[in-house]
Amino acid sequence: MREALDHWDFVIAAYAIGLGALALLISWSWQTMRRAERRRDEVKRQGTDR
Amino acid sequence: MHIYANPKRFLSLAKWLLPLLFWGGLVLSAGALAWGMFLVPPDHLMGESVRILFIHVPAAWLGMGGWTGIAIASAMLLIWKHPLASIAARAIALPGMTFTAICLATGSIWGRPTWGTWWVWDGRLTSMLVLLFLYAGYIALAQAAAREGGSTKIAAIFGLVGAINIPIINRSVVWWNSLHQPPSITAGNSAIDPTFLWPLLAAVLGFSLLFGAIVLMRMRALIAEQQVEARLRRRALADEVPEAGAPAMANS
Repeated sequence: MREALDHWDFVIAAYAIGLGALALLISWSWQTMRRAERRRDEVKRQGTDR
Repeated sequence: MHIYANPKRFLSLAKWLLPLLFWGGLVLSAGALAWGMFLVPPDHLMGESVRILFIHVPAAWLGMGGWTGIAIASAMLLIWKHPLASIAARAIALPGMTFTAICLATGSIWGRPTWGTWWVWDGRLTSMLVLLFLYAGYIALAQAAAREGGSTKIAAIFGLVGAINIPIINRSVVWWNSLHQPPSITAGNSAIDPTFLWPLLAAVLGFSLLFGAIVLMRMRALIAEQQVEARLRRRALADEVPEAGAPAMANS
C-alpha cells in the first residue's frame, strides 16, 4: 500500500535547502569580495605613505 | 573578449554590472518562485510537489552551465592565454558546485513523494553526482595551484576533460532506463504546459542573473587578492635591493 505523504513538507524542505544554500553563498561571496578589496586598498595606501 | 584582458577595464565593467545582475536576479527569482509556489495549480500526477520544479531545474541547468563556463574559460586560457580566464574559471567553480548540490538535494527530496525513493543509481542521478565530485576536484586543484604558485594549466586541462560529463548528463535519460523523466524542454520544443513553463523560464533567468552576480563577486575578490600579492612581492623586492647594496657601500 502506498503511504500518504504531505507534499507540502517536501516542497518546503526543498525550498529551505535551496534558498538557504544560495543565501549563504551570496553572503559569503559578498563578504570575501569586500574583505579582499579593503585589504587591497589598505596595502595600496601603505605603499603611498612610505 | 581581449578588451577585458586588462583587469582595470574589467573591474570598471564589473562595478556597474554587479548591482544590475544582483538586484535584477533577486527580484526575478523571488517573483518566479512566488509565482510557482502560490499561483500555479498542482499537477494532476505529481500534485503539490511539482513546485520543486522551479528550484530544481534552474539549479540543474546552472550546475551544468557552470562547468560549460569552466571548459570555455579553460580553452581560452590554453589557446589564447587570456589573463582573466583562469580567474573566471575559478570564480565559476564554487557557485557551480553549490547549484549542483542544490539540484541533487532538491531532486532527492522530490524523488521521495513522486518515485517513492530518495535515490537511485541511474544514469542521470549518478552523472550529476559525478559533476559534483568534478567541481570539488577542480576547486582543490585550482586552489593548490594558486597557493603553491603552480601552473594553472593542470586545472584548465581538468576543466576541459571534465566537460565530457556534460553531454553524458544531458543524454543519460535517453541512453539508459531511468526513473527520471526524459528531457521536457528541447531546442524550440517543450512538453511542459505553459502554466508551468513561464514561471520556470522566469526562475531560470532570475537564477542565471544571480549566478552571474556571484561569479563577478568571486572574480573581484580573486583579482584583489592577486593585486595584493603582486604589490607585497614588489615591495619585498624593493626592500631587499638597498640592503643588498649596503655592505658594498660600507666596503668602498
